[in-house]
Amino acid sequence: MHKYANPTVFMRLANAVLPWAAGACVLLFAVAIPLALYASPADYQQGDTVRIMYIHVPAAILGEMVYGLMAAASATYLIWRHQLAALIARAAAPIGAIFTALCLITGMLWGQPMWGTFWVWDARLTSMLLLLFLYVGYLALGDAFEDQERGEKAAAVLALVGSVNIPIIIFSVEWWNTLHQGSIFKMNGEGMKVTVSPEMLAPLFTMMGAYVAFFVTILVLRMRIEILNAKIRNARITQAAAPMVATQAAQAR
Amino acid sequence: MAMTRKRRRLYFIGLALLGLCAGTALVLTAFQDNIVFFFSPTEVAAKKPTPSQRLRIGGLVEAGSVQKTGTTVSFVVTDNANTLKVAYTGILPDLFREGQGVVAEGHMGADGTFQAREVLAKHDENYMPREVADALKKSGRWQDGGAPAATEAPSN
Amino acid sequence: MDRFFAMGGYAQYVWPSYALALVAFVGILVVTRSTLKKREAEFERLKRERQDG
Repeated sequence: MHKYANPTVFMRLANAVLPWAAGACVLLFAVAIPLALYASPADYQQGDTVRIMYIHVPAAILGEMVYGLMAAASATYLIWRHQLAALIARAAAPIGAIFTALCLITGMLWGQPMWGTFWVWDARLTSMLLLLFLYVGYLALGDAFEDQERGEKAAAVLALVGSVNIPIIIFSVEWWNTLHQGSIFKMNGEGMKVTVSPEMLAPLFTMMGAYVAFFVTILVLRMRIEILNAKIRNARITQAAAPMVATQAAQAR
Repeated sequence: MAMTRKRRRLYFIGLALLGLCAGTALVLTAFQDNIVFFFSPTEVAAKKPTPSQRLRIGGLVEAGSVQKTGTTVSFVVTDNANTLKVAYTGILPDLFREGQGVVAEGHMGADGTFQAREVLAKHDENYMPREVADALKKSGRWQDGGAPAATEAPSN
Repeated sequence: MDRFFAMGGYAQYVWPSYALALVAFVGILVVTRSTLKKREAEFERLKRERQDG
């Protein structure tokens, strides 16, 4: 396992995964979109607005999961100082922010016709908005310091502190009265129950798969960017500090 | 030596997170009343809000209780224990139906009727096609308070 | 066909949701790829400079 903590080894693995993730992403979207917009039935109460769910729910779940990944990676970075962990967290953040924003906006587009309002300050909506702010704060903090490492550490601490918000988002609809409906996934004694009929679960799960594949694809590309950023920084430092050593470093690469 | 430093960081971060969770839980419990989006008729009965207090109430629209006179509509909100009469003038959301969830913002009138300024529909997390819902109702396996009145047609 | 586009009267909410998702996903893909290209070029330039200097 420790072997994969080495960025070079990990990136070899990631690069091998990339074409498969990209292929799966295209394929799954090609199946999910016609299912979601055409082949699935309208809801008995909400009519065709239920189709917004296929965009909204995967965006919400991915927004939360990516934050969980980011927080776990940040903890790993803070405790064991693995550069790879910091790299993953930084590469994942903008993607998670996009998912969260998409969740919020599609939620408004769904809430207006069904609830009668774009927005209310109930526990679910407010905690989800806070998640977006946490992502934005994380991204801003990472760039706010002259010293790269200090920025990285400050951002990692914010990611960790913000992770308390994740259970709050998930359980908000159970802990408090909210306008937002309860979770479609119910845990009980016999295991998990889903409150969505199978005809609607098919587009939902296919779309979820497409989102995950999309996330992995972009994550690998963004990790390449982060690795290049680090290399460029190092090259600049060595260049500025000792021009003579630079050639050596170039050869060592 | 390096090992113990990592250990120490692990414990420190673990403890800090634990403290953070405990603190958050305390704060959220303390502000419970501000975090809930609406009060049920039972809670309203216990709280006895004055007419000057703005608040949100919520529950299910009692079947057969909706009365329309011009643009003014009145209905009864129930939580299956207590009920509360609501009066409202304005446009109702598409999902406003008897037997469905509703949240209203406004204040208590002197006559004990809740004067709503805004009415929002609250739906549940059950999603299914029309035919499945009809079949469930026919076979008598329809359950939960969110069940709509059988005569009520979906908006489209 | 018209019925499909009408989305049961909710076209103005359903279609923008999908359009937005498309814009968001294509947007982040394009930005990510162009940033990657830029960084690759920059790194190559730095490497060349080092070899020359």
